Amino acid sequence: MLLVPSLLVVAFVALYPLGKTIFQSFTDEQFLALNPVSWVGLENYKDLWNDTIFRDSIWTTIKFTLITVAFEFALGLAIALIVNSSFKGRGVMRAVMLVPWAIPTVVAAQMWKSMLQSNGVISDAGTRLGLLSHPHAWIADPGTALASVCAVDIWKTTPFVALLLLAGLQVIPRDLYEASEVDGANPLQQFWKITMPLLLPAIVVTLIFRTLDALRVFDVFYVFFGNRLGTQSMAIYAQSTIVSDGYVGYGAAISMAIFLIIGLFVVIYLTFQRVTLR
Amino acid sequence: MTAATEAAGRPVVRPVSRSRVFWRSPLGRSLKRVPFYLLVLVVFVYTLFPFAWALRCAFTPEGDLFSSPLQYIPANPTLDNFKQAFETEFFRKALLNSALVAGAVTLLSLAIGSLAAFALGRFRFRGRSLVMYLMLSMTMFPSIAILGALYTMISGFSLGPIDLPNIYDTLWSLLFTYLIFTLPFTIWVLTSFMEALPGDLEEAAYVDGATPFQVFYKVLLPLLLPGLVTTGLLAFIAAWNEYLFALSFIQDPDKYTVPLAITSFVGESGSSFQQPWGTIMAATIIITVPLVALVLVFQRYILAGLTAGAVKG
Repeated sequence: MLLVPSLLVVAFVALYPLGKTIFQSFTDEQFLALNPVSWVGLENYKDLWNDTIFRDSIWTTIKFTLITVAFEFALGLAIALIVNSSFKGRGVMRAVMLVPWAIPTVVAAQMWKSMLQSNGVISDAGTRLGLLSHPHAWIADPGTALASVCAVDIWKTTPFVALLLLAGLQVIPRDLYEASEVDGANPLQQFWKITMPLLLPAIVVTLIFRTLDALRVFDVFYVFFGNRLGTQSMAIYAQSTIVSDGYVGYGAAISMAIFLIIGLFVVIYLTFQRVTLR
Repeated sequence: MTAATEAAGRPVVRPVSRSRVFWRSPLGRSLKRVPFYLLVLVVFVYTLFPFAWALRCAFTPEGDLFSSPLQYIPANPTLDNFKQAFETEFFRKALLNSALVAGAVTLLSLAIGSLAAFALGRFRFRGRSLVMYLMLSMTMFPSIAILGALYTMISGFSLGPIDLPNIYDTLWSLLFTYLIFTLPFTIWVLTSFMEALPGDLEEAAYVDGATPFQVFYKVLLPLLLPGLVTTGLLAFIAAWNEYLFALSFIQDPDKYTVPLAITSFVGESGSSFQQPWGTIMAATIIITVPLVALVLVFQRYILAGLTAGAVKG
């Protein structure tokens, strides 16, 4: 059968490791430890429940997700509507929008990190324009740290969201707008009564994609903060527990918790979609 | 939004005022577009400014980077940063390593994935939709969820008769783990391309006595070329950009991939707090330029793949 190689690979690199992670989460396995691995039952999960670092990382991640997805959706929709109308240079614009998406997240993070230094261009331009009273260390200050990572993600991903929504916009038939104009609808009515309902499937898919991506965010947080306490995403905490500390068992429990949280969001979205599309 | 629809719309018959006459004249019409083009310009600048700034940093001598007042155009432009980046051994090696890993992962995914897409896109069989759902859910699978298991698996692993050697800290570990995100995605997108192909040619070939395998590689594969280019590009970019696994499984600077290298530059003082931003930005430009070229050349293919992967789902 033609499917056999694919299914074998998927089983081997994903399903088996998933099963193994579930198993590990009930053990006290440590990386390269000498003492044999023993079964500890729900011990890891109990510890996790009382783990304030993990709780903080959940909040950080959820805040990050809500902020970035909201901004990316609003900006992305606006940009999609702009690019959907015909103007000179539209082709160039679409190409330009692909570029932030194509570069590695790590590279985008480094570019922004240099811009966000206290003596970097954002502080400088801000003071010159009178928006800031004095230069600011955006990344170092806990008050603006989260906003800084969000800015990178929003910059890198908004064009991508716009492109997905644009693809949705382009399948809406033109005659609908023409017919509604004959009936005397104004642009705002057209937007709410035609564009939004017909775009809804594309919107839901885009939001699901973005939310799932945001919940497992790692790269930007790592480049900006390493594993500095207070600004860890869930993925950062899991990775540092497994790789830096070598606590594979406990890390597996964290991984499973992340998996469940992400699953919870999927369920919420799918229910929402079923309710609204009916 | 309003500008967009206004441009397309024509007002319903109403008494024509003098100002209306002006706004309809060629001059008035272009004036009306001014706010719209301003908006376009804002989006344009927002998207490109970080690149412009990276360019500025790459050509500014290290000492002048953060000098106050900030030089928006380098006063003494220099190529030193580029020289420095290329002289860093791990960076040069990283370019090669990343190309190797991403290239191999892409080819492997295409080879395995096109077979699966042939089965899924061309035949109806039991469990087909189950496999499709499995692949779709795999495309959104959070790789952090299995990091621990992979971490122990790659450092020596035996499953019944299969014994895997320790591939920790080798490029093999990346080749093996990157398939998690490239393969399901390749299968999903290639299947949608496969389904869109017309069936006539294939039937003609079957009538002429071709075997399914001959049909696959003599008839369908050439037709599928645009789809292969699209998915190949997306898989390559995804593998090229990956950071979590590379960070977790690679320690030896000789085996760094590009994302690892870009975060590993250290200043002359050797302290990681003193990052040599000029060199880093030069390296950034070196990495970005080929990607931008790739995107510009294959723009159409990439867009087709993104929308096939997302909107169809």
